[in-house]
Amino acid sequence: MTFGPLTWWRDGAIIHHMMNNAVEFRALVVDRGGRRVLDGLDLTIERGTVTGLLGPSGCGKSTLMRSLVGVQELTSGSVTIDGIEAGSKALRDRIGYVTQAPSVYADLTVRENLSFFARVLGAEPGAVAKAIDRVDLADHADQVVGRLSGGQLSRASLAVALLGTPDVLVLDEPTVGLDPVLRRELWTLFHGLADDGAAVFVSSHVMDEAERCDRLLLMRQGRIIADDAPDQILATTHTDDMESAFLALVDAAAEGSTR
Amino acid sequence: MNPRILLAVTARVLTQLRRDRRTAAMLLVLPCVLITLLWWMFRDMPGSLFDRFGPGLLAIFPFIVMFLVTSVTTLRERSSGTLERLLAMPMGKFDFLGGYALAFGLVATVQAALAVTLSTGPLGLHVAGHVWLLGLVAVADAVLGTALGLFVSAFAQTEFQAVQFMPLFVIPQILLCGLFVPRAVLPDVLHAVSDVLPLSYATDAMQGLVTSTSTGDVWRDLAIVTGFALAALAGGAATLRRRTP
Repeated sequence: MTFGPLTWWRDGAIIHHMMNNAVEFRALVVDRGGRRVLDGLDLTIERGTVTGLLGPSGCGKSTLMRSLVGVQELTSGSVTIDGIEAGSKALRDRIGYVTQAPSVYADLTVRENLSFFARVLGAEPGAVAKAIDRVDLADHADQVVGRLSGGQLSRASLAVALLGTPDVLVLDEPTVGLDPVLRRELWTLFHGLADDGAAVFVSSHVMDEAERCDRLLLMRQGRIIADDAPDQILATTHTDDMESAFLALVDAAAEGSTR
Repeated sequence: MNPRILLAVTARVLTQLRRDRRTAAMLLVLPCVLITLLWWMFRDMPGSLFDRFGPGLLAIFPFIVMFLVTSVTTLRERSSGTLERLLAMPMGKFDFLGGYALAFGLVATVQAALAVTLSTGPLGLHVAGHVWLLGLVAVADAVLGTALGLFVSAFAQTEFQAVQFMPLFVIPQILLCGLFVPRAVLPDVLHAVSDVLPLSYATDAMQGLVTSTSTGDVWRDLAIVTGFALAALAGGAATLRRRTP
């Protein structure tokens, strides 16, 4: 395993790598359709924490997550998990990935979908029932996925990512359209998985979900504009909510560039 | 290749098909209905025209049906994100393609058994060679259709486009396979073209079985059809890319 001495800066302080750093993005550049989506991004994500990625739609969140899962063509730079290149064969049963659009088979039941993915992953027996329980779909387990509501559908898709025991969870907007009670339960679940040692990486475009993360990355136009604990971000920007903090950071950046 | 994963794909595709009763019924019943229609058309005509056209249709139906079903299903898999999810899992490309080919190959076996039984039984198709070989050729044709369908689905962005590939990839093959005009009397250029189209060999095999008891040529044709199917599967694998732009 090779770690560079330093990769990123926070409030001018140099943060050294520690052995529990699960994911490393180094000088990551991604072009999509002739447009630069990610421009030289450096980032480290640790195990045992829930890292939130917040930003308006189109800012590059999904591209960043796809790079981590290893399904995105990179222009330059690297993404590694425990020093292994993202997307390598050795990592494929260790990553739980939920895409933005629910990626399940609409003509199969929840249980059939999960059983299929469990067989692909070689998950232990019982994993299916456990995953169904975790996303609270036991009452709908034998319903065809195509007839579920939007929220139930995205939970079915989330359950697939919980099969097996992924130690990196990449969740692209997993809580869109869910009712607040369920959203709270899912965040509790994410923290539980992080406590068990997983690196949980969750994106959202809903600013009020920010405070539920241990660490928050604010992203805009392919760049990380803030990286800290949510309350720290509020304190530094002297704001009360994440939306105002985001605006304050964007305004400050604009001032900085015109000065 | 991992048999556990390949069989998981096969089982899943078959479950989906079982759920979709209408498609399943069409896959199995439609070829029988169309062959019966053909037999009825020729019934009052002199000569044994059904004996001439029947074998060709036995080759063509499984090919067309599997081509259509597979190209649309795989396209759906690409556009719904399930393919991306699977490729982020320990899923090999040949597990995926092989799983599909096996599932549709099994359906094709049932389909061929029904169509061949109907043709050689109630409809009185005269077969000089082995009837079971007729079934085997039909299954090979179906697998060929599946493989080509998997391959072309990579070049379609919508289901509408995928369906348009049928006139492009399938109809020229039907016209040139020797069903309408024996391949030997086709103009030279067209004859040369028909020599590189897989359906020509499928039709040759069927017609050979009907007219002759010798099986040497049939095995050769069958090997060629299988070769085309494997080549199309390899082409399909090349289009399944883990990393996309």
